[in-house]
Amino acid sequence: MPTFVYMTRCDGCGQCVDICPSDIMHIDKTLRRAYNIEPNMCWECYSCVKACPHHAIDVRGYADFAPLGHSVRVHRDEEKGTIAWRIKFRNGKKDMELLAPITTKPWGTAIPQLGNESAPSQEMRDSHLLFNEPKYIQLDKDGKDSLHTLKSNKLTLKAGVYY
Amino acid sequence: MAYKTIIEDNIDVLVAGAGLGGTGAAFEARYWGKNKKIVIAEKANIDRSGAVAQGLYAINCYMGTRWGENNPEDHVRYARMDLMGMVREDLAFDMARHVDSAVHQFEEWGLPIMRNTKTGAYLREGRWQIMIHGESYKPIVAEAAKNSADKVFNRVCVTHLLMDDAKENRVAGAVGFNVRTGNYHVFKAKTVIVGAGGASNIFKPRSVGEGAGRVWYAPWSSGSAYGLMIDAGAKMTQMENRIVLARFKDGYGPVGAYFLHLKTYTQNCNGEEYESKWFPGLTEMVGKEYLDTEGQHLSHKPIPTCLRNHAFISEVNAGRGPIHMVTMEAFQDPHLEEIGWHNFLGMTVGQAVLWAATDVDPKYENPELTTSEPYVMGSHATGCGAWCSGPEDVSPDEYFWGYNRMTTVEGLFGAGDAVGGTPHAFSSGSFTEGRLAAKAACQYIDDGKADGINVSAKQIADLKETIYKPMETYTVGRNEIVAGSVNPNYINPRQGLDRLQKMMDEYCGGFGVNYMTNDKLLKIGLKKMKIFGEDLEKVAAEDIHELLRAWELKHRFLTSEAVFQHTLFRKETRWPGYYYRGDAMKLDDENWHVLTVSRRDPETGEYTMEKAPCYHLVGDDEE
Repeated sequence: MPTFVYMTRCDGCGQCVDICPSDIMHIDKTLRRAYNIEPNMCWECYSCVKACPHHAIDVRGYADFAPLGHSVRVHRDEEKGTIAWRIKFRNGKKDMELLAPITTKPWGTAIPQLGNESAPSQEMRDSHLLFNEPKYIQLDKDGKDSLHTLKSNKLTLKAGVYY
Repeated sequence: MAYKTIIEDNIDVLVAGAGLGGTGAAFEARYWGKNKKIVIAEKANIDRSGAVAQGLYAINCYMGTRWGENNPEDHVRYARMDLMGMVREDLAFDMARHVDSAVHQFEEWGLPIMRNTKTGAYLREGRWQIMIHGESYKPIVAEAAKNSADKVFNRVCVTHLLMDDAKENRVAGAVGFNVRTGNYHVFKAKTVIVGAGGASNIFKPRSVGEGAGRVWYAPWSSGSAYGLMIDAGAKMTQMENRIVLARFKDGYGPVGAYFLHLKTYTQNCNGEEYESKWFPGLTEMVGKEYLDTEGQHLSHKPIPTCLRNHAFISEVNAGRGPIHMVTMEAFQDPHLEEIGWHNFLGMTVGQAVLWAATDVDPKYENPELTTSEPYVMGSHATGCGAWCSGPEDVSPDEYFWGYNRMTTVEGLFGAGDAVGGTPHAFSSGSFTEGRLAAKAACQYIDDGKADGINVSAKQIADLKETIYKPMETYTVGRNEIVAGSVNPNYINPRQGLDRLQKMMDEYCGGFGVNYMTNDKLLKIGLKKMKIFGEDLEKVAAEDIHELLRAWELKHRFLTSEAVFQHTLFRKETRWPGYYYRGDAMKLDDENWHVLTVSRRDPETGEYTMEKAPCYHLVGDDEE
């Protein structure tokens, strides 16, 4: 369902151009507003719809199988950490509002800077552990035996047909 | 050429393509390479790129050893069963033993993971799946990658890997172009981790016209993981193992949560259960080890996805379609109804749009299902990808050459769709593979394996010419005609894609031929592909956007050629329901309980195929 842009709402800011994973939201050079240049490469992922600060972008179901007259609108709010949807059916019988969280932390505050972590020891380098392991594999345990190996799990690899 | 050449030098770890695999690689590389230069090149914007751009409503690979739920080997056995035995079990075990630590970190970063209010454990959708509110899964994970990377080059499409001119078969970086400015980007790097994607849109899709973008896997998944690595001469494995998905019709909305959590089920047009009647015939095709009609319910082994597809396809061919998902029972519960809708909004909004457009309320109507066109990828329920080394403490000799997740090209690593033989990694497993590859890449550099790399000015200049050739072709040929897209000198990328999809569909087992092919069809297809390869030298790009599509098409072509070669090589029907070899309709464990491995000679384009042993995890006592 390819996206389309309402003429009177778009101010040509380019947020949609910047975010579209398919590189199909472009600015029209004459009108200086965004539009979908390649609807048959649109996944209806709504990335541009969510990113538009003016709610200028909407979706009209793919012409080859979706009848006209429906609406699925969205408002994504990073500050509140929520996404709000409204779905309206073609026949008007269903009009749903749905709300979901998008994060549990204030946006962008809980991501570590691995450059600031203390450097891994030689022992750690020689092991098969990754950052934050072994603790993070089982979290609540002491972590010592958290990394499974063939030996710890009494396994071996054998060529042939085995089930 | 008016486009500037921009060289980024002295890179230690270059991440080419940053979906879940690439972001995992960039994130982890900083820990093992404090002072290393880590750079990401991504054709879109890493905040919304890759298969998870839209979000996810579940994490499909989580062991839960923390809650005593599963051990890694349980997951390996499950993946093995689902893929009819064909799994790199060393890689799968290695991914599974680390994957929980990735998920626990995602939660810490703010990803909302649902909890079981009674036990406090993550809310399970199925044995391996946990439920999340994952609309912002990708932006959250991208933040982690951005914190670790020295530089992120968004909107740079990587087209080729650079090869070392000093030492044969060693990677030296990558090149590409900026899809906005058109500038030529050269990344000189000691290691490259390919995090690019698998392939949608190589088989003719069921949707036509405007709807052609409504594919199951993202339309921007252009097979670049394979295109880049095949072109560099890396060995590939299991490229025949394409996947066909049973999904909601037209919108391809996911069915996992519906089956597992909402307990919906399928029936034919007469309201009958249909699967079981196809099972006795299937057991004859594949053998009792794979489908034991009588014992299946006792053993609690899940029925392989491809075999359930087979029942679906057979029932439709018998004239009892469509197959319906029975939602009318579950949707009477308002809580489950809400989950059903959230499931789509979280990862396939288009399905919600379609139901709103067609007034399908699953509370009062059981929606139709369909089987999709095939896809070639390596992180969902299939394992196409590069032939990679496993970890030292797990892998047998045939699977180990020094560095975890390193391909057969030195210094070239993979993650996610790029790594072959590791199905059922999904988002969390792909991220984990990226982390494993990053640690190994840093080790490779520290061991001095990347010393003395030399990239000649000629290689850089030649690749520049190659990259922009489609624009040159357009400029030269355009004015011979008045207007329009019909030109005797060239084809445009869309015309090329249509031709590729038609060949793949008709000769390589697409939906249009009921997923059927044989030796003769494959050989005709390969002949046509060879000529198509010649025509691709004449693909034309009117502008930089079309140049992006031209290179995506070339990557899809290389991927497709490998799929043809592998499908021709494996003379059996290993995965009925994914595809059929009409000339060898049975599963043949005597000759084909092996992994298929290919190499395309980058100079000549010739393929060589070989069989590699398939190792399975067994208990010590079974030794």
